[in-house]
Amino acid sequence: MLKLQNLRAGYGNIIAVDDVSLEVGQGEIVSLIGANGAGKSTVLMTISGVVSCLAGRVLLDDVEIQGLEPDQIVRRGVCQVPEGRHIFPQLTVRENLDMGAFLRRDKKGIRDDIDYVFTLFPILAERRNQDGGTLSGGQQQMLAMSRALMARPSLLLLDEPSMGLAPLMSKQIFKIIKRINADHGTTIFLVEQNANQALHIAHRGYVLENGRIVLAGSGEALLTDPEVQKAYLGI
Amino acid sequence: MHYFIELFFSGLTRGAIYALIALGYTMVYGIIGLINFAHGEIYMIGAFTSYIVASVLSLYGYPLFATVIIAGAAAVVWSGAYGYTVERLAYRPLRRAPRLSPLISAIGMSILLQNYVFLAQTSDFISFPKLIPDLPFMDRYADYLGSSDVVILFTTLIVMGILTFIIRYTRIGKAMRATAQDSTMAMLVGINVNRVISATFVIGSGLAAIGGMLIAAHIGQINYYIGFLAGIKAFTAAVLGGIGSIPGAVLGSLVLGLTESFATGYVSSDYEDVFAFTLLVLILIFRPSGLLGKKESQKV
Ligand SMILES: Nc1ncnc2c1ncn2[C@@H]1O[C@H](COP(=O)(O)OP(=O)(O)OP(=O)(O)O)[C@@H](O)[C@H]1O
Ligand SMILES: [Mg+2]
Repeated sequence: MLKLQNLRAGYGNIIAVDDVSLEVGQGEIVSLIGANGAGKSTVLMTISGVVSCLAGRVLLDDVEIQGLEPDQIVRRGVCQVPEGRHIFPQLTVRENLDMGAFLRRDKKGIRDDIDYVFTLFPILAERRNQDGGTLSGGQQQMLAMSRALMARPSLLLLDEPSMGLAPLMSKQIFKIIKRINADHGTTIFLVEQNANQALHIAHRGYVLENGRIVLAGSGEALLTDPEVQKAYLGI
Repeated sequence: MHYFIELFFSGLTRGAIYALIALGYTMVYGIIGLINFAHGEIYMIGAFTSYIVASVLSLYGYPLFATVIIAGAAAVVWSGAYGYTVERLAYRPLRRAPRLSPLISAIGMSILLQNYVFLAQTSDFISFPKLIPDLPFMDRYADYLGSSDVVILFTTLIVMGILTFIIRYTRIGKAMRATAQDSTMAMLVGINVNRVISATFVIGSGLAAIGGMLIAAHIGQINYYIGFLAGIKAFTAAVLGGIGSIPGAVLGSLVLGLTESFATGYVSSDYEDVFAFTLLVLILIFRPSGLLGKKESQKV
Protein backbone atom coordinates (compact mmCIF):
# COMPACT_ATOMS: atom_id res chain seq x y z
CA MET A 1 0.00 0.00 0.00
CA LEU A 2 2.73 2.46 1.03
CA LYS A 3 6.24 2.31 -0.38
CA LEU A 4 9.15 4.61 0.38
CA GLN A 5 11.99 4.40 -2.12
CA ASN A 6 15.36 5.95 -1.27
CA LEU A 7 13.64 8.77 0.56
CA ARG A 8 15.69 11.80 1.57
CA ALA A 9 14.22 14.63 3.61
CA GLY A 10 15.36 17.38 5.93
CA TYR A 11 15.16 20.96 7.05
CA GLY A 12 17.15 23.64 5.25
CA ASN A 13 20.69 22.35 5.12
CA ILE A 14 20.09 19.52 7.55
CA ILE A 15 19.40 16.14 6.00
CA ALA A 16 17.44 14.26 8.64
CA VAL A 17 16.68 11.04 6.79
CA ASP A 18 18.47 9.60 3.80
CA ASP A 19 18.04 6.63 1.53
CA VAL A 20 15.11 5.26 3.48
CA SER A 21 13.24 2.47 1.71
CA LEU A 22 10.44 0.56 3.32
CA GLU A 23 7.08 -0.93 2.60
CA VAL A 24 3.77 -1.18 4.42
CA GLY A 25 1.34 -3.74 3.03
CA GLN A 26 -2.45 -3.48 2.93
CA GLY A 27 -3.94 -4.35 6.34
CA GLU A 28 -0.57 -4.60 8.08
CA ILE A 29 0.70 -3.05 11.27
CA VAL A 30 4.30 -1.99 10.66
CA SER A 31 6.48 -0.40 13.34
CA LEU A 32 9.41 1.91 12.87
CA ILE A 33 11.62 2.13 15.93
CA GLY A 34 14.61 4.31 16.64
CA ALA A 35 16.27 6.51 19.22
CA ASN A 36 15.71 10.24 19.78
CA GLY A 37 16.60 12.22 16.71
CA ALA A 38 16.83 9.16 14.47
CA GLY A 39 14.43 10.79 12.00
CA LYS A 40 11.21 8.90 12.70
CA SER A 41 8.94 11.94 12.85
CA THR A 42 10.61 13.33 9.75
CA VAL A 43 9.67 10.17 7.86
CA LEU A 44 6.01 10.53 8.83
CA MET A 45 5.92 14.26 8.12
CA THR A 46 7.41 13.62 4.69
CA ILE A 47 4.76 11.02 3.93
CA SER A 48 2.11 13.56 4.97
CA GLY A 49 3.67 16.21 2.75
CA VAL A 50 4.44 18.64 5.58
CA VAL A 51 8.21 18.18 5.21
CA SER A 52 9.30 18.22 1.60
CA CYS A 53 10.89 15.22 0.02
CA LEU A 54 14.38 16.06 -1.30
CA ALA A 55 14.96 12.84 -3.21
CA GLY A 56 13.40 9.45 -3.71
CA ARG A 57 9.74 8.56 -3.97
CA VAL A 58 6.67 8.04 -1.83
CA LEU A 59 4.24 5.64 -3.47
CA LEU A 60 0.69 5.10 -2.34
CA ASP A 61 -0.89 2.18 -4.14
CA ASP A 62 1.88 2.60 -6.71
CA VAL A 63 1.06 6.26 -7.36
CA GLU A 64 3.67 8.88 -6.49
CA ILE A 65 2.42 11.27 -3.84
CA GLN A 66 5.57 13.15 -2.87
CA GLY A 67 5.25 16.82 -3.72
CA LEU A 68 1.49 16.87 -3.17
CA GLU A 69 0.07 19.35 -0.68
CA PRO A 70 -0.77 17.87 2.74
CA ASP A 71 -4.52 18.23 2.23
CA GLN A 72 -4.28 16.27 -1.02
CA ILE A 73 -2.55 13.47 0.82
CA VAL A 74 -5.28 13.40 3.48
CA ARG A 75 -7.81 13.21 0.63
CA ARG A 76 -6.07 10.03 -0.52
CA GLY A 77 -6.78 8.41 2.83
CA VAL A 78 -3.48 8.94 4.67
CA CYS A 79 -3.96 10.44 8.14
CA GLN A 80 -1.41 11.14 10.81
CA VAL A 81 -1.58 11.41 14.58
CA PRO A 82 1.51 13.55 15.12
CA GLU A 83 3.94 13.42 17.99
CA GLY A 84 2.66 15.48 20.89
CA ARG A 85 -0.96 14.98 19.80
CA HIS A 86 -1.58 18.52 18.52
CA ILE A 87 -5.09 18.83 19.91
CA PHE A 88 -6.76 22.12 18.95
CA PRO A 89 -6.69 23.58 22.45
CA GLN A 90 -9.62 25.98 22.21
CA LEU A 91 -11.94 23.65 20.36
CA THR A 92 -14.11 21.27 22.34
CA VAL A 93 -13.66 17.51 22.12
CA ARG A 94 -16.62 17.38 19.78
CA GLU A 95 -15.27 20.18 17.58
CA ASN A 96 -11.86 18.49 17.44
CA LEU A 97 -13.59 15.36 16.16
CA ASP A 98 -15.48 17.42 13.59
CA MET A 99 -12.18 18.88 12.38
CA GLY A 100 -10.98 15.33 11.80
CA ALA A 101 -13.91 14.89 9.41
CA PHE A 102 -13.15 18.21 7.69
CA LEU A 103 -13.07 16.72 4.19
CA ARG A 104 -16.19 14.64 4.58
CA ARG A 105 -19.73 15.69 3.69
CA ASP A 106 -21.73 12.63 4.72
CA LYS A 107 -23.41 13.85 7.90
CA LYS A 108 -24.85 10.46 8.73
CA GLY A 109 -21.55 8.65 8.34
CA ILE A 110 -19.84 11.25 10.50
CA ARG A 111 -22.39 10.72 13.25
CA ASP A 112 -21.87 6.97 13.09
CA ASP A 113 -18.12 7.40 13.33
CA ILE A 114 -18.44 9.68 16.33
CA ASP A 115 -20.48 6.97 18.02
CA TYR A 116 -17.79 4.46 17.08
CA VAL A 117 -14.92 6.47 18.62
CA PHE A 118 -17.05 7.07 21.70
CA THR A 119 -17.33 3.31 22.13
CA LEU A 120 -13.56 3.00 21.73
CA PHE A 121 -12.98 5.78 24.27
CA PRO A 122 -16.06 6.31 26.47
CA ILE A 123 -14.32 9.04 28.47
CA LEU A 124 -14.39 11.26 25.38
CA ALA A 125 -18.17 11.04 25.28
CA GLU A 126 -18.28 12.32 28.86
CA ARG A 127 -15.97 15.18 28.00
CA ARG A 128 -17.44 16.07 24.64
CA ASN A 129 -18.09 19.72 25.51
CA GLN A 130 -14.81 20.31 27.30
CA ASP A 131 -11.99 22.24 25.59
CA GLY A 132 -9.37 19.93 24.10
CA GLY A 133 -6.57 21.83 25.82
CA THR A 134 -7.90 20.92 29.25
CA LEU A 135 -7.76 17.14 28.76
CA SER A 136 -5.07 15.01 30.41
CA GLY A 137 -2.24 13.65 28.29
CA GLY A 138 -3.82 10.23 27.97
CA GLN A 139 -7.20 11.68 27.07
CA GLN A 140 -5.54 13.92 24.49
CA GLN A 141 -3.93 10.87 22.92
CA MET A 142 -7.34 9.18 22.72
CA LEU A 143 -8.81 12.31 21.18
CA ALA A 144 -5.95 12.63 18.69
CA MET A 145 -6.44 9.05 17.52
CA SER A 146 -10.19 9.46 17.36
CA ARG A 147 -9.84 12.65 15.36
CA ALA A 148 -7.68 10.82 12.82
CA LEU A 149 -10.23 7.99 12.62
CA MET A 150 -12.94 10.54 11.82
CA ALA A 151 -11.36 10.88 8.38
CA ARG A 152 -11.87 7.12 7.77
CA PRO A 153 -8.23 6.68 6.80
CA SER A 154 -7.05 3.70 4.84
CA LEU A 155 -3.54 4.30 6.17
CA LEU A 156 -3.05 5.59 9.70
CA LEU A 157 0.32 7.05 10.69
CA LEU A 158 0.92 7.10 14.44
CA ASP A 159 3.86 9.01 15.93
CA GLU A 160 4.77 7.78 19.42
CA PRO A 161 1.23 7.24 20.67
CA SER A 162 2.52 5.96 24.02
CA MET A 163 4.76 8.93 24.75
CA GLY A 164 4.34 10.22 28.28
CA LEU A 165 1.63 7.75 29.21
CA ALA A 166 1.49 5.58 32.34
CA PRO A 167 2.17 1.89 31.58
CA LEU A 168 -1.47 0.92 31.96
CA MET A 169 -2.70 3.66 29.68
CA SER A 170 -0.04 2.89 27.11
CA LYS A 171 -1.11 -0.77 27.15
CA GLN A 172 -4.68 0.30 26.51
CA ILE A 173 -3.62 2.49 23.59
CA PHE A 174 -1.77 -0.41 21.95
CA LYS A 175 -4.80 -2.64 22.44
CA ILE A 176 -6.96 -0.05 20.67
CA ILE A 177 -4.45 0.19 17.82
CA LYS A 178 -4.80 -3.54 17.28
CA ARG A 179 -8.55 -3.23 17.45
CA ILE A 180 -8.67 -0.42 14.86
CA ASN A 181 -6.58 -2.60 12.58
CA ALA A 182 -8.88 -5.59 13.15
CA ASP A 183 -12.23 -3.73 12.99
CA HIS A 184 -11.70 -1.91 9.71
CA GLY A 185 -8.60 -3.47 8.20
CA THR A 186 -6.98 -0.04 8.58
CA THR A 187 -3.32 -0.22 7.66
CA ILE A 188 -1.12 1.15 10.43
CA PHE A 189 2.37 2.56 10.28
CA LEU A 190 3.55 3.10 13.82
CA VAL A 191 6.58 5.06 15.01
CA GLU A 192 7.71 4.27 18.53
CA GLN A 193 10.50 4.44 21.06
CA ASN A 194 8.66 1.92 23.15
CA ALA A 195 10.14 -0.86 21.03
CA ASN A 196 8.84 -3.71 23.13
CA GLN A 197 5.12 -2.99 22.78
CA ALA A 198 5.44 -1.61 19.26
CA LEU A 199 7.11 -4.78 17.99
CA HIS A 200 4.71 -7.03 19.88
CA ILE A 201 1.66 -5.73 18.06
CA ALA A 202 3.43 -5.30 14.69
CA HIS A 203 3.48 -7.74 11.83
CA ARG A 204 6.76 -6.30 10.69
CA GLY A 205 9.22 -3.69 11.83
CA TYR A 206 12.12 -1.48 10.78
CA VAL A 207 14.92 0.06 12.82
CA LEU A 208 16.00 3.59 11.98
CA GLU A 209 19.39 4.92 13.07
CA ASN A 210 20.77 8.34 12.17
CA GLY A 211 18.31 8.72 9.35
CA ARG A 212 18.92 5.31 7.79
CA ILE A 213 17.20 1.93 7.99
CA VAL A 214 19.63 -0.50 9.61
CA LEU A 215 17.41 -3.52 10.27
CA ALA A 216 14.15 -4.96 9.06
CA GLY A 217 12.17 -8.06 9.86
CA SER A 218 9.04 -9.51 11.39
CA GLY A 219 8.01 -8.20 14.80
CA GLU A 220 9.09 -11.41 16.49
CA ALA A 221 12.42 -11.59 14.68
CA LEU A 222 13.29 -8.07 15.75
CA LEU A 223 12.24 -8.72 19.34
CA THR A 224 14.72 -11.58 19.54
CA ASP A 225 17.48 -9.84 17.60
CA PRO A 226 20.46 -9.35 19.92
CA GLU A 227 21.26 -5.87 18.52
CA VAL A 228 17.70 -4.70 19.01
CA GLN A 229 17.57 -6.23 22.48
CA LYS A 230 20.73 -4.42 23.47
CA ALA A 231 19.93 -1.04 21.97
CA TYR A 232 16.14 -0.72 22.33
CA LEU A 233 14.86 -3.26 24.80
CA GLY A 234 17.48 -2.82 27.54
CA ILE A 235 18.03 -6.54 27.82
CA MET B 1 -23.21 66.14 30.56
CA HIS B 2 -24.08 66.98 26.97
CA TYR B 3 -20.45 67.34 26.18
CA PHE B 4 -19.59 64.06 27.83
CA ILE B 5 -22.18 62.16 25.80
CA GLU B 6 -21.04 63.84 22.63
CA LEU B 7 -17.45 62.82 23.30
CA PHE B 8 -18.58 59.33 24.17
CA PHE B 9 -20.32 58.85 20.84
CA SER B 10 -17.53 60.36 18.83
CA GLY B 11 -15.16 58.00 20.65
CA LEU B 12 -17.37 55.05 19.79
CA THR B 13 -17.40 56.06 16.14
CA ARG B 14 -13.64 56.33 16.09
CA GLY B 15 -13.39 52.99 17.86
CA ALA B 16 -15.68 51.35 15.32
CA ILE B 17 -13.45 52.48 12.45
CA TYR B 18 -10.32 51.33 14.29
CA ALA B 19 -11.99 48.00 14.88
CA LEU B 20 -12.73 47.48 11.20
CA ILE B 21 -9.03 47.95 10.46
CA ALA B 22 -7.65 46.26 13.58
CA LEU B 23 -9.49 43.03 12.77
CA GLY B 24 -7.35 42.60 9.66
CA TYR B 25 -4.14 42.98 11.65
CA THR B 26 -5.23 40.61 14.34
CA MET B 27 -6.63 37.92 12.03
CA VAL B 28 -3.52 37.83 9.88
CA TYR B 29 -1.31 37.78 12.96
CA GLY B 30 -3.39 34.98 14.45
CA ILE B 31 -2.94 32.82 11.36
CA ILE B 32 0.64 33.43 10.23
CA GLY B 33 2.19 35.52 13.01
CA LEU B 34 2.92 38.43 10.70
CA ILE B 35 2.23 42.13 11.21
CA ASN B 36 0.91 43.15 7.81
CA PHE B 37 2.24 46.69 7.64
CA ALA B 38 0.62 47.20 4.24
CA HIS B 39 -2.82 46.86 5.82
CA GLY B 40 -3.27 50.61 6.33
CA GLU B 41 -2.71 51.07 2.61
CA ILE B 42 -5.44 48.55 1.82
CA TYR B 43 -7.78 50.71 3.87
CA MET B 44 -6.67 53.78 1.92
CA ILE B 45 -7.23 51.95 -1.37
CA GLY B 46 -10.71 51.03 -0.17
CA ALA B 47 -11.45 54.71 0.42
CA PHE B 48 -10.14 55.65 -3.04
CA THR B 49 -12.05 52.88 -4.79
CA SER B 50 -15.33 53.92 -3.21
CA TYR B 51 -14.52 57.54 -4.10
CA ILE B 52 -13.94 56.72 -7.77
CA VAL B 53 -16.94 54.43 -8.13
CA ALA B 54 -19.27 56.78 -6.26
CA SER B 55 -18.13 59.75 -8.36
CA VAL B 56 -18.76 57.89 -11.60
CA LEU B 57 -22.15 56.63 -10.48
CA SER B 58 -23.30 60.07 -9.37
CA LEU B 59 -22.35 61.37 -12.82
CA TYR B 60 -24.89 58.94 -14.23
CA GLY B 61 -27.41 60.09 -11.68
CA TYR B 62 -27.72 56.89 -9.69
CA PRO B 63 -29.81 57.25 -6.51
CA LEU B 64 -27.78 57.67 -3.33
CA PHE B 65 -28.63 54.33 -1.79
CA ALA B 66 -27.63 52.35 -4.87
CA THR B 67 -24.46 54.41 -5.16
CA VAL B 68 -23.47 53.63 -1.58
CA ILE B 69 -24.08 49.92 -1.97
CA ILE B 70 -22.28 49.60 -5.30
CA ALA B 71 -19.35 51.77 -4.21
CA GLY B 72 -19.05 49.81 -0.97
CA ALA B 73 -19.15 46.49 -2.76
CA ALA B 74 -16.56 47.67 -5.27
CA ALA B 75 -14.28 48.86 -2.48
CA VAL B 76 -14.57 45.53 -0.67
CA VAL B 77 -13.86 43.51 -3.79
CA TRP B 78 -11.03 45.70 -5.02
CA SER B 79 -9.30 45.94 -1.64
CA GLY B 80 -9.81 42.21 -1.21
CA ALA B 81 -8.03 41.67 -4.52
CA TYR B 82 -5.18 43.86 -3.31
CA GLY B 83 -4.94 42.00 -0.03
CA TYR B 84 -4.88 38.68 -1.85
CA THR B 85 -2.21 39.87 -4.27
CA VAL B 86 -0.02 41.39 -1.57
CA GLU B 87 0.01 38.09 0.28
CA ARG B 88 0.80 36.10 -2.85
CA LEU B 89 3.58 38.40 -4.01
CA ALA B 90 5.17 39.68 -0.84
CA TYR B 91 4.55 37.13 1.91
CA ARG B 92 3.96 33.66 0.51
CA PRO B 93 7.40 33.33 -1.11
CA LEU B 94 8.87 34.15 2.32
CA ARG B 95 6.77 31.69 4.29
CA ARG B 96 9.81 29.68 5.35
CA ALA B 97 12.23 32.61 5.62
CA PRO B 98 13.34 34.08 8.97
CA ARG B 99 10.67 36.21 10.62
CA LEU B 100 12.33 39.51 9.82
CA SER B 101 12.10 39.00 6.04
CA PRO B 102 8.31 39.12 5.65
CA LEU B 103 8.21 42.09 8.02
CA ILE B 104 10.57 44.05 5.81
CA SER B 105 8.65 42.90 2.77
CA ALA B 106 5.48 44.25 4.43
CA ILE B 107 7.02 47.66 4.98
CA GLY B 108 8.18 47.66 1.37
CA MET B 109 4.66 46.84 0.17
CA SER B 110 3.26 49.66 2.25
CA ILE B 111 5.63 52.19 0.71
CA LEU B 112 4.99 50.83 -2.76
CA LEU B 113 1.20 51.09 -2.49
CA GLN B 114 1.36 54.57 -0.97
CA ASN B 115 3.55 55.89 -3.74
CA TYR B 116 1.59 54.20 -6.43
CA VAL B 117 -1.61 55.90 -5.29
CA PHE B 118 0.33 59.14 -4.89
CA LEU B 119 1.39 58.92 -8.54
CA ALA B 120 -1.95 57.68 -9.83
CA GLN B 121 -3.95 60.29 -7.94
CA THR B 122 -2.33 63.36 -6.38
CA SER B 123 -0.87 64.31 -3.05
CA ASP B 124 -3.66 66.84 -2.49
CA PHE B 125 -6.66 66.13 -0.38
CA ILE B 126 -9.60 65.19 -2.58
CA SER B 127 -13.05 65.98 -1.32
CA PHE B 128 -15.13 62.88 -0.86
CA PRO B 129 -18.78 62.82 -2.05
CA LYS B 130 -21.43 63.09 0.61
CA LEU B 131 -22.52 59.47 0.77
CA ILE B 132 -24.24 59.58 4.14
CA PRO B 133 -27.47 61.61 4.00
CA ASP B 134 -28.76 63.61 6.97
CA LEU B 135 -31.22 61.33 8.63
CA PRO B 136 -34.32 63.37 9.55
CA PHE B 137 -35.03 61.47 12.76
CA MET B 138 -31.53 62.36 13.99
CA ASP B 139 -32.37 66.06 14.32
CA ARG B 140 -33.47 65.63 17.91
CA TYR B 141 -30.11 64.14 18.87
CA ALA B 142 -27.96 66.50 16.86
CA ASP B 143 -26.26 67.77 20.03
CA TYR B 144 -24.89 64.35 20.77
CA LEU B 145 -24.11 62.67 17.50
CA GLY B 146 -24.52 63.12 13.78
CA SER B 147 -26.12 60.96 11.15
CA SER B 148 -22.78 59.64 9.98
CA ASP B 149 -21.94 58.45 13.51
CA VAL B 150 -25.14 56.45 13.57
CA VAL B 151 -24.52 55.00 10.12
CA ILE B 152 -20.94 54.08 11.02
CA LEU B 153 -21.90 52.42 14.29
CA PHE B 154 -24.80 50.56 12.72
CA THR B 155 -22.79 49.37 9.73
CA THR B 156 -19.93 48.24 11.93
CA LEU B 157 -22.32 46.29 14.10
CA ILE B 158 -23.78 44.47 11.10
CA VAL B 159 -20.35 43.75 9.66
CA MET B 160 -19.17 42.34 13.00
CA GLY B 161 -22.23 40.15 13.12
CA ILE B 162 -21.49 38.76 9.67
CA LEU B 163 -17.84 38.19 10.58
CA THR B 164 -18.79 36.37 13.77
CA PHE B 165 -21.15 34.17 11.82
CA ILE B 166 -18.48 33.34 9.24
CA ILE B 167 -15.90 32.45 11.85
CA ARG B 168 -18.23 30.38 14.02
CA TYR B 169 -20.31 28.49 11.56
CA THR B 170 -18.89 28.33 8.05
CA ARG B 171 -16.39 25.82 6.76
CA ILE B 172 -13.79 28.45 5.98
CA GLY B 173 -14.33 30.00 9.42
CA LYS B 174 -13.73 26.70 11.16
CA ALA B 175 -10.65 26.17 9.02
CA MET B 176 -9.42 29.62 10.05
CA ARG B 177 -9.87 28.90 13.74
CA ALA B 178 -8.12 25.55 13.44
CA THR B 179 -5.22 27.07 11.49
CA ALA B 180 -4.81 29.86 14.04
CA GLN B 181 -4.63 27.34 16.85
CA ASP B 182 -2.29 24.83 15.21
CA SER B 183 -1.36 25.22 11.58
CA THR B 184 0.54 21.93 11.25
CA MET B 185 -2.41 20.01 12.59
CA ALA B 186 -4.73 21.97 10.33
CA MET B 187 -2.77 20.62 7.36
CA LEU B 188 -2.94 17.11 8.79
CA VAL B 189 -6.74 17.14 8.94
CA GLY B 190 -6.84 18.15 5.29
CA ILE B 191 -7.22 21.91 5.46
CA ASN B 192 -5.61 23.76 2.57
CA VAL B 193 -3.73 26.24 4.72
CA ASN B 194 -2.70 28.41 1.78
CA ARG B 195 -6.34 28.91 0.93
CA VAL B 196 -7.12 29.79 4.54
CA ILE B 197 -4.36 32.39 4.56
CA SER B 198 -5.66 33.92 1.33
CA ALA B 199 -9.19 34.02 2.70
CA THR B 200 -7.94 35.74 5.85
CA PHE B 201 -6.24 38.45 3.82
CA VAL B 202 -9.31 38.94 1.63
CA ILE B 203 -11.71 39.18 4.58
CA GLY B 204 -9.42 41.49 6.56
CA SER B 205 -8.96 43.71 3.50
CA GLY B 206 -12.69 43.86 2.87
CA LEU B 207 -13.31 45.00 6.45
CA ALA B 208 -10.64 47.68 6.13
CA ALA B 209 -12.22 48.87 2.86
CA ILE B 210 -15.57 49.34 4.59
CA GLY B 211 -13.77 51.29 7.31
CA GLY B 212 -12.02 53.41 4.68
CA MET B 213 -15.24 54.27 2.90
CA LEU B 214 -17.10 55.11 6.12
CA ILE B 215 -14.40 57.36 7.53
CA ALA B 216 -13.94 59.12 4.20
CA ALA B 217 -17.65 59.84 4.06
CA HIS B 218 -17.54 61.01 7.69
CA ILE B 219 -14.56 63.34 7.34
CA GLY B 220 -15.21 64.34 3.74
CA GLN B 221 -11.74 64.16 2.27
CA ILE B 222 -9.00 61.65 1.46
CA ASN B 223 -5.45 61.50 0.22
CA TYR B 224 -2.82 58.84 -0.39
CA TYR B 225 -1.39 59.16 3.12
CA ILE B 226 -4.50 58.45 5.24
CA GLY B 227 -3.58 54.79 5.62
CA PHE B 228 -0.47 55.53 7.58
CA LEU B 229 -1.87 57.04 10.77
CA ALA B 230 -5.08 54.99 10.65
CA GLY B 231 -2.98 51.86 10.22
CA ILE B 232 -0.73 52.66 13.17
CA LYS B 233 -3.68 53.53 15.38
CA ALA B 234 -5.54 50.35 14.47
CA PHE B 235 -2.40 48.33 15.03
CA THR B 236 -2.09 49.97 18.45
CA ALA B 237 -5.69 49.00 19.15
CA ALA B 238 -5.00 45.40 18.14
CA VAL B 239 -1.99 45.20 20.43
CA LEU B 240 -3.96 46.88 23.19
CA GLY B 241 -6.66 44.23 22.97
CA GLY B 242 -4.19 41.38 22.55
CA ILE B 243 -2.92 40.76 19.05
CA GLY B 244 -4.34 37.57 17.59
CA SER B 245 -7.59 37.89 19.53
CA ILE B 246 -10.67 38.97 17.56
CA PRO B 247 -12.76 40.19 20.52
CA GLY B 248 -9.56 41.80 21.77
CA ALA B 249 -9.21 43.85 18.59
CA VAL B 250 -12.74 45.18 18.98
CA LEU B 251 -12.32 45.96 22.67
CA GLY B 252 -8.91 47.56 22.14
CA SER B 253 -10.33 49.72 19.37
CA LEU B 254 -13.21 50.97 21.51
CA VAL B 255 -10.88 51.71 24.44
CA LEU B 256 -8.51 53.57 22.15
CA GLY B 257 -11.28 55.49 20.40
CA LEU B 258 -12.85 56.59 23.68
CA THR B 259 -9.51 57.51 25.24
CA GLU B 260 -8.63 59.69 22.28
CA SER B 261 -12.01 61.30 22.19
CA PHE B 262 -12.05 62.20 25.89
CA ALA B 263 -8.44 63.30 25.89
CA THR B 264 -9.08 65.55 22.92
CA GLY B 265 -12.26 66.92 24.42
CA TYR B 266 -11.12 67.54 27.99
CA VAL B 267 -7.41 68.16 27.61
CA SER B 268 -6.31 69.29 24.21
CA SER B 269 -6.53 68.01 20.70
CA ASP B 270 -2.79 68.56 20.40
CA TYR B 271 -2.22 65.58 22.64
CA GLU B 272 -4.53 63.15 20.88
CA ASP B 273 -1.79 60.87 19.59
CA VAL B 274 0.26 61.21 22.76
CA PHE B 275 -2.61 59.75 24.77
CA ALA B 276 -3.08 56.89 22.34
CA PHE B 277 0.53 55.83 22.49
CA THR B 278 0.87 56.43 26.24
CA LEU B 279 -1.99 54.02 26.68
CA LEU B 280 -0.18 51.51 24.51
CA VAL B 281 3.05 51.83 26.49
CA LEU B 282 1.19 51.41 29.78
CA ILE B 283 -0.57 48.29 28.57
CA LEU B 284 2.66 46.82 27.26
CA ILE B 285 4.30 47.39 30.63
CA PHE B 286 1.53 46.09 32.85
CA ARG B 287 -0.19 43.58 30.60
CA PRO B 288 2.12 42.71 27.73
CA SER B 289 -0.27 40.22 26.16
CA GLY B 290 -2.97 42.89 25.86
CA LEU B 291 -6.41 43.09 27.43
CA LEU B 292 -7.73 39.79 26.07
CA GLY B 293 -4.57 38.21 24.70
CA LYS B 294 -3.29 34.84 25.71
CA LYS B 295 -0.86 34.82 28.62
CA GLU B 296 1.91 33.10 26.78
CA SER B 297 2.11 33.41 23.02
CA GLN B 298 2.97 30.01 21.62
CA LYS B 299 3.05 30.98 17.98
CA VAL B 300 5.65 29.30 15.86
N1 LIG C 1 11.95 21.73 12.25
C1 LIG C 1 13.22 21.27 12.25
N2 LIG C 1 14.23 22.08 11.88
C2 LIG C 1 15.50 21.64 11.85
N3 LIG C 1 15.87 20.40 12.20
C3 LIG C 1 14.91 19.55 12.58
C4 LIG C 1 13.54 19.94 12.63
N4 LIG C 1 12.81 18.88 13.05
C5 LIG C 1 13.70 17.89 13.26
N5 LIG C 1 14.96 18.28 12.98
C6 LIG C 1 16.18 17.44 13.06
O1 LIG C 1 16.01 16.30 12.29
C7 LIG C 1 16.51 15.16 12.96
C8 LIG C 1 15.45 14.09 13.05
O2 LIG C 1 14.41 14.58 13.87
P1 LIG C 1 13.06 13.77 14.10
O3 LIG C 1 12.14 14.68 14.86
O4 LIG C 1 12.60 13.22 12.83
O5 LIG C 1 13.55 12.60 15.05
P2 LIG C 1 12.70 11.50 15.82
O6 LIG C 1 13.27 10.18 15.45
O7 LIG C 1 11.27 11.70 15.61
O8 LIG C 1 13.08 11.82 17.34
P3 LIG C 1 12.19 11.71 18.67
O9 LIG C 1 12.15 10.28 19.04
O10 LIG C 1 12.97 12.50 19.67
O11 LIG C 1 10.86 12.27 18.37
C9 LIG C 1 17.03 15.64 14.31
O12 LIG C 1 18.42 15.73 14.23
C10 LIG C 1 16.41 16.98 14.47
O13 LIG C 1 17.26 17.86 15.17
MG1 LIG D 1 9.76 12.20 16.78
